[in-house]
Amino acid sequence: MQPAPISMHIPDGFLSVQVSIFLWLIAILVIGYALKRVSADLGERQVPVMGVLAAAIFAGQMLNFAIAGGTSGHLVGAAIATILLGPWAAMLVLTCVISIQALLFQDGGLLVLGANIFNMAIVGVAVAYMVFRTVRRLTSGRSWSLFMGGFLAAWMSVEVSSLGTALELSVSGTSPANLAIPAMGGIHALIGIGEGLITLGALAFLSASRIDLLKANQAAQARGNLVWVAGLILALTLAIASPLASKHPDGLMSVAKQYGFLSNEQNPLYLLIPHYLFPGMENKTVATILAAILGTLIVFGVTFAVAYTRRHRPGAHEH
Amino acid sequence: MHHSIEVENLSYTYPDGTIALRDVSLSIEPSEKVALVGPNGAGKSTLILHLNGILSGEGKVHVCSQEVVKENLGRVRSCVGLVFQSPDDQLFSPTVFDDVAFGPLYQGLPSVEVQQRVNEALEAVHMAGYKHRVSHHLSAGEKKRIAIATVLSMRPEVLILDEPTGGLDPRSRRSLIHLLNELPLTMLASTHDMRMVREVFPRMIILDEGSVVADGPTELLMNDTSLLEAHGLEKA
Amino acid sequence: MHVHFLDPYRPRSSLIHKFDPSLKLVLTVGFILTCTLIPTGAWPIYILFFALVLSADVLSELGVGYVFKRSVLALPFVLAALPLILTVHGKTIFSLPIGPWVLSPSYPGLERFISIAIKSWLSMQTAILLAASTPFPDLLVAMRSAGVPRLLVSIFGLMWRYLFVLVDETMRLVRARAARSGKSDRPEAKTGRHLAWRARVTGGMAGNLLLRAFERSDRIYMAMVSRGYDGESRSLPLPAVRPAEWAALFASLSVLGILIFVAYSLWG
Repeated sequence: MQPAPISMHIPDGFLSVQVSIFLWLIAILVIGYALKRVSADLGERQVPVMGVLAAAIFAGQMLNFAIAGGTSGHLVGAAIATILLGPWAAMLVLTCVISIQALLFQDGGLLVLGANIFNMAIVGVAVAYMVFRTVRRLTSGRSWSLFMGGFLAAWMSVEVSSLGTALELSVSGTSPANLAIPAMGGIHALIGIGEGLITLGALAFLSASRIDLLKANQAAQARGNLVWVAGLILALTLAIASPLASKHPDGLMSVAKQYGFLSNEQNPLYLLIPHYLFPGMENKTVATILAAILGTLIVFGVTFAVAYTRRHRPGAHEH
Repeated sequence: MHHSIEVENLSYTYPDGTIALRDVSLSIEPSEKVALVGPNGAGKSTLILHLNGILSGEGKVHVCSQEVVKENLGRVRSCVGLVFQSPDDQLFSPTVFDDVAFGPLYQGLPSVEVQQRVNEALEAVHMAGYKHRVSHHLSAGEKKRIAIATVLSMRPEVLILDEPTGGLDPRSRRSLIHLLNELPLTMLASTHDMRMVREVFPRMIILDEGSVVADGPTELLMNDTSLLEAHGLEKA
Repeated sequence: MHVHFLDPYRPRSSLIHKFDPSLKLVLTVGFILTCTLIPTGAWPIYILFFALVLSADVLSELGVGYVFKRSVLALPFVLAALPLILTVHGKTIFSLPIGPWVLSPSYPGLERFISIAIKSWLSMQTAILLAASTPFPDLLVAMRSAGVPRLLVSIFGLMWRYLFVLVDETMRLVRARAARSGKSDRPEAKTGRHLAWRARVTGGMAGNLLLRAFERSDRIYMAMVSRGYDGESRSLPLPAVRPAEWAALFASLSVLGILIFVAYSLWG
């Protein structure tokens, strides 16, 4: 069962190892820091609040609304989580959601989990926070300030996250930049509108039912300067880099190669094994057939071994 | 002949293999008030979910003379109003007005009519002044009545309720029983509240382990103590 | 009705099920890493890997169909790599003019696409095997061994506990909405109103869900405090790993290492 068909979770094999590891490192650093900040802010209440809210966001991603002709829209939740919990807690909550999705439902890979966390939990939250706070400041006092902020935060969060995803795919050589970036960016511009509308609906409900919760988080909102700056930098970088990369896909490739991000397609890491050690191996067809034979032997071997041990297990003789 | 609800040989098995309904057949006429009773796990909720097409099993289900199949679901849901056990799961709009208006709005009715329907529905549940209240802040009893209103605004022919008196204090329960007695609709209620059954529902269907074990006048069945006990029920 | 099918774990008494969860996690990630490192077009290595995954499937006694079915669900993302067939330079398979464009898929492009698809699919299957053969509480233990901070692991645990509860609530909200989504018998009425309204209603449902979760977390916190919770996550010490399992891990990682070596030297 697929919990949420959101197209931003990258599966394994799509990013080069270098990009995966690089983003893992960033994710570990940022989430590690988030843990410290949340400990300081929420104290001992953090485990129940974040655990249950993470479950709620996960479940919320299963909510759908009919778009047209059988397609439906879903919620990602970075913006509403940020507005409700503040940026650092929201990052943790979304990290939990994304990790569970990868571990249990293969919605996103394990090696590339760091990248997915970076795109959705870090970039998504930082950008949402930056936009929300900015809009609130600029329009403070107006009755629609909350809703405008929420809508724009949600839209930007989805759009910028998608640009990050597209860029990573391009840099890894998996998807050509001049296609991936416009495609991802374009589709998510539409998806972002859905996200914005859902966020609006959620804010309408919350502000009617528990405006005190939203107000309480104003305090948490104010202490997120670091996130605000990060959000701005990320949004600007991706907004500038994406059209550039899209127009010069080859240029992007050479930059990627220069910085070692491209998967090592053309560069052998190791010395060639002399021919006499594996005679005939240079011939790919021979090697393929040999591998197929060897593979089949392995599978049959294991199958027989399992069947054998099952028959001889205690209690296995009941029919 | 127009049956409000007609179920023919309905069977249903959950994806994990549990058999929930075995060859269930029943029919309910317009304006009848029927109680569906049985122990937990008997299949009452499962049966109810078939009546507006949320679940679909083997056999035939007709409501308001329409077959409950995918093409008809829109019409089916306009005719059969299903009120679930937990009001919190049904009140998902910011205000009472929004929740009660959802049904008519979804149907595409003009806004003047929507207003009218909302007023009507809230009147019927004696909560006319609650239009602009926030659903979340209401008491359990109030929420239950609003939940009924959200369905009444669609002017259904049949009202189906899952555990209507569950979790209510004696006062709220009493006023809900009054309400159910007043409403002139065809009614089917799944319930454990045997005393309410006696007061409101002249006919009773006993469901156990997915099968109908008895279907008859409440007065008659209520006096059959051994039958009741055999199916985990108590005499009221 | 409960959403038990959300849990991918299937209890069996296979070797894979009994293998230490922390080592299993390491092995899974190691395999995925190896898979990702294998260069394009190393078909014999892909075949061997496939055989290894299939063997692990058999060993786990989950039934080959189970893993296959679940892996197919996650496959659509593969399409993101489809353009490579057209954009990688090399010997063209054919040229198809469509309007102002000419589609010319190339052999190297096709090779690249298939390689990515295979690598992705194999990685997915190992992840499925891990989730299906390891109860979630054991995965939490594995995470702790891997160095995930205790606080985060506690949050995971609580999330897991309430995942099903909240997904149940979500399904009930969706059903409640469906039950009130009717069609009028008037021909001029537009069923479903408009998109923006539907999206906002869905948002209201999300808000409802989040709010109830928030208030539930209050009650959970009170229950925890009543049992002496003070903010520190404490748990039993990690279970010891048997020497045989260390040996198995070492052997497996060595095999993977050798395969990478071979792959690079011949096809790198």
